[in-house]
Amino acid sequence: MTAEPGRALREPGPATGDGSVPAIFLDGVRFGFHVDGRQTEVIGGLDLEIAPRSIVAFVGPNGCGKSTLLRVIAGLLPARAGTVEVEGRPVTGPDARVGLVFQEPRLLPWRSAFANVAFPLEVAGRDREARERRVTDLLGLVGLRDWSRARPAELSGGMRQRVAIARALALEPAVLLLDEPFSALDSLTRERFNVELLRLWERIGATIVLVTHSIAEAVFLADRVVVLSPRPAQLVADLVVDLPRPRRPGDLDAAAVTRTAAEIRAHLEGATDDAFAVAAGDVPAHAQPDQAIP
Amino acid sequence: MIRDRVVPPLVALAAFLAGWQLLVFVGNYPPFILPGPLVVGERFVVAWTDGTMAPHVVTTLAEIGCGFVGGALAGMLTGYVLARSRLANRVLSPYLVAGSAVPILALAPLIALWFGSGLFAHSVIVALIVFFPVAVSTWVAVHGVDRRLLEMARSYRVTRGQRLRMVELPAALPGILGGLRIGVTLAVVGAIIAEWTGGETGLGVLINLARGSLFDIPLLFAALLTIALIGVALYSLVVLVERRYAIPAV
Repeated sequence: MTAEPGRALREPGPATGDGSVPAIFLDGVRFGFHVDGRQTEVIGGLDLEIAPRSIVAFVGPNGCGKSTLLRVIAGLLPARAGTVEVEGRPVTGPDARVGLVFQEPRLLPWRSAFANVAFPLEVAGRDREARERRVTDLLGLVGLRDWSRARPAELSGGMRQRVAIARALALEPAVLLLDEPFSALDSLTRERFNVELLRLWERIGATIVLVTHSIAEAVFLADRVVVLSPRPAQLVADLVVDLPRPRRPGDLDAAAVTRTAAEIRAHLEGATDDAFAVAAGDVPAHAQPDQAIP
Repeated sequence: MIRDRVVPPLVALAAFLAGWQLLVFVGNYPPFILPGPLVVGERFVVAWTDGTMAPHVVTTLAEIGCGFVGGALAGMLTGYVLARSRLANRVLSPYLVAGSAVPILALAPLIALWFGSGLFAHSVIVALIVFFPVAVSTWVAVHGVDRRLLEMARSYRVTRGQRLRMVELPAALPGILGGLRIGVTLAVVGAIIAEWTGGETGLGVLINLARGSLFDIPLLFAALLTIALIGVALYSLVVLVERRYAIPAV
């Protein structure tokens, strides 16, 4: 990331095909850790453009750096090389334009649901009245208006994650990043949450990027599925999900879904020897493992 | 419900007093060796009503108050710095361990030599004895604050002050209060030790007087009883604060 905000402000950033600025733009992004003096490459030169108001899913084997990539986009980790831009402006640190939902809810246990959602607003110095208005709206948006006074310990796992999503939306980010947000939920709840997430997305009009282990989930939710290789993470495939919106759980049986899922699976199996690293059994396994990899 | 909470302690107290009286009766000890609970109780009431006790209690409470607040604040600050600065940890932690190993009894005469025997000197001794458990418990508590919560806070661009006030302090509060619990009872001990090194009034001074020139052993016991009651009251106060403010993690 080159930290030259002045220059970046004058340059609106690279344009997408239809002339608008991409919500997220990655150009040659690299990231690595130093472990015992040895450099481990986690993200190995990634180029990606994500259109505004789209939903993109990152899938890849365990530990391939998907979560790290989200943190780089959110500005929590600095890219070692390359450019990260959100709405045409570089990300140089934790950024209000990006809302990040972690794998765990990460709520402050001593705060009520209401006060947890208010946390980013307090940090940003919004006055009490503005906070109350915004938090009430957000709790309504995630269906928890009646639970505003409850402490996290009094909420179910799913409710906690909804509070976390409401908190991430508090500052009206243009981009919402979700790091396996529903992985701790049982499969039925998870399915319902995916439907709710789509409804939420239609109302907030933000760009959503989510990391998931579930191929079915990726196909159901996303416009595009980006398949990443094992460390260092590189782009293996970038697939468009050809499924009309609004989508319903019943759509998961459509032929297009099965085909796309099989394609993703083939890419994943090509990218890793350990097919079980991908959540096995998410999709009927009639994908042909020996399919040609482009 | 309330009966289950009140009756057993009362029965235990009655048994303790009965055992004490029995020991005095069987051993036939004179009051200047081991006074019975009735004698001590009577002396306790008299010392409070004739105005012997009150000025000593006021002095001791003032020392405990000043010393505890000073020592606890210094302890929390040190503990926080140790938890958040690797350099401070390397440089200071050996001294903290060494310092907490030095008995306050050995240090008290030195403090008296430097600072005399007034409220300030005695408060310094109290502060010293309170400092170590509070510093160590704050250190451990802040160090143990869930890193995932800190990362969450960072993603919303908290300032250092906001992080401290909105995340670290509330998260570390149960641990810090644990240190304050230990510290508050030690504060009482510190005040008595401080008063033994010199002073005009204070419960430690009263103990010395009762043992020495007055030779009033029941009064000594009455002073001990007062000290114990102060300890229990202060401890209960911290527990009360704990119940009100410390919310354990999920």
